[in-house]
Amino acid sequence: MDWSFMLSTFVSLVGAMPLTLQLAATSIFFGVLLALALALLRLSGVPALAWFARGYVFVFRGTPLLVQIFLIYYGLSQSPAVRHSLLWPILREPYWCAVIALTLNTAAYASEIIRGGLLSVPNGQVEAARACGMTRLMIFRRIVLPLAIRQALPGYGNEMISMVKATSLASIITLMEVTGVAAKIISETYRAIEVFIVAGLIYLTINFLLTRFVHVVEHLLSPHLRAPRLAAPVQGEAK
Amino acid sequence: MNQPGFLDVISFGPGGWGGALVAGAVMTILIALCGFMIGSIIGTFGAWAKVSGGRTLRFFADGYTTILRGIPDLLVIYLFYFGGSAAVTAIGRLLGSDGFIGFPGFLAGSLAVGITSGAQQTEVFRGAFRAVQHGEIEAAIACGMSRALRFRRIIAPLTLRHALPGMGNVWQVVLKESALVSITGVAELLRQAQVGAGSTGMPFNFYIVAGAIYLAISTFSGAVLQRSERHFSRGVRRS
Repeated sequence: MDWSFMLSTFVSLVGAMPLTLQLAATSIFFGVLLALALALLRLSGVPALAWFARGYVFVFRGTPLLVQIFLIYYGLSQSPAVRHSLLWPILREPYWCAVIALTLNTAAYASEIIRGGLLSVPNGQVEAARACGMTRLMIFRRIVLPLAIRQALPGYGNEMISMVKATSLASIITLMEVTGVAAKIISETYRAIEVFIVAGLIYLTINFLLTRFVHVVEHLLSPHLRAPRLAAPVQGEAK
Repeated sequence: MNQPGFLDVISFGPGGWGGALVAGAVMTILIALCGFMIGSIIGTFGAWAKVSGGRTLRFFADGYTTILRGIPDLLVIYLFYFGGSAAVTAIGRLLGSDGFIGFPGFLAGSLAVGITSGAQQTEVFRGAFRAVQHGEIEAAIACGMSRALRFRRIIAPLTLRHALPGMGNVWQVVLKESALVSITGVAELLRQAQVGAGSTGMPFNFYIVAGAIYLAISTFSGAVLQRSERHFSRGVRRS
């Protein structure tokens, strides 16, 4: 194996890592907000809103992400109304198109995860909160949301990992993130295996760290599942 | 400017792209089916290695699933497409032909899709095997069935029943993943839409139609899967 080639590949791929991370972080951040809104619409009890959320999830989970990216990046510019609108400076940039597509896509998947979390909150908890005289908003903020987050976190961790993987599609609309740079090196040198190993290692490292991070947060959020730490004996009590 | 209307573009008549899109949809289904079958075969062996393999086999199976689930599918497709071409060219050179030989995109695509989905299938089959009750296997042993008979009559059908929902999910993922194969130039649905979009200058129409066809395929196959799930678990009592 050609180590100097692999090292130079590694250096150029690491240089592309910030873009991958930035794409993933931006779309995960906006995606989770949209997902929460969608989950709340779905559970709102208003048929029109619930059906909207249902339809959204159906469409975005039923079509390939690449089609969504193409539709936003190439498709929207077909209409002159879009080209002359205020949004054009954003929709013209491949970066923002990728972020929009990834956000809309992850929101569909994540809203189902969050909905599952919200549904898993035991009714007794909500009843107890109501009995304490909390308002609806306060119940949601203090009781329902924290419990739902704890429940949804493992599933959401998987979704974050698939988002990191999904950022690779941004390379198809000319963004030079890790996969884009890898593809460029492969097509220049035709040394697919070496480049694949290096790029794969980078993705595996990102995803491994992400998994560890989710585990740590899970651990912090579930102190009730751990054995209580033994309190230090009170001084001077036993005589 | 006399632009053709939306319906003219996707019609089946002269100048219409309806036929090309349908042919692309058929190709998409073929790629997905091939990939899914390759994935199922890999998944069977992977699950077998994880459940009853020795330490080495288990190590390799674990490594395979960890790596393939942490690496973008696009990267795997690049590996097979470019790596395959490099390998075929090298073999051709050994046999005395000089010059570049391309690796067929269909083969590269379905192999790549198969290998990535194989990692998911491994986990699906492993979980399903775990769900088979031990008593059933013991009863089969007590009846004096041989290992092969036990697998054919008891373990395989019961595992399949438990695996069916998970396999349905993998199928949906494979179907959407097959869109990535368009980068190898195989004339599947998204590729046809790209060609159409390029030659008519109406990307929005083509990508919307492609998305609708993907949605139709996934909805239809989802309904089929649901029916077969009901069929295969007709002996199960529901509480």
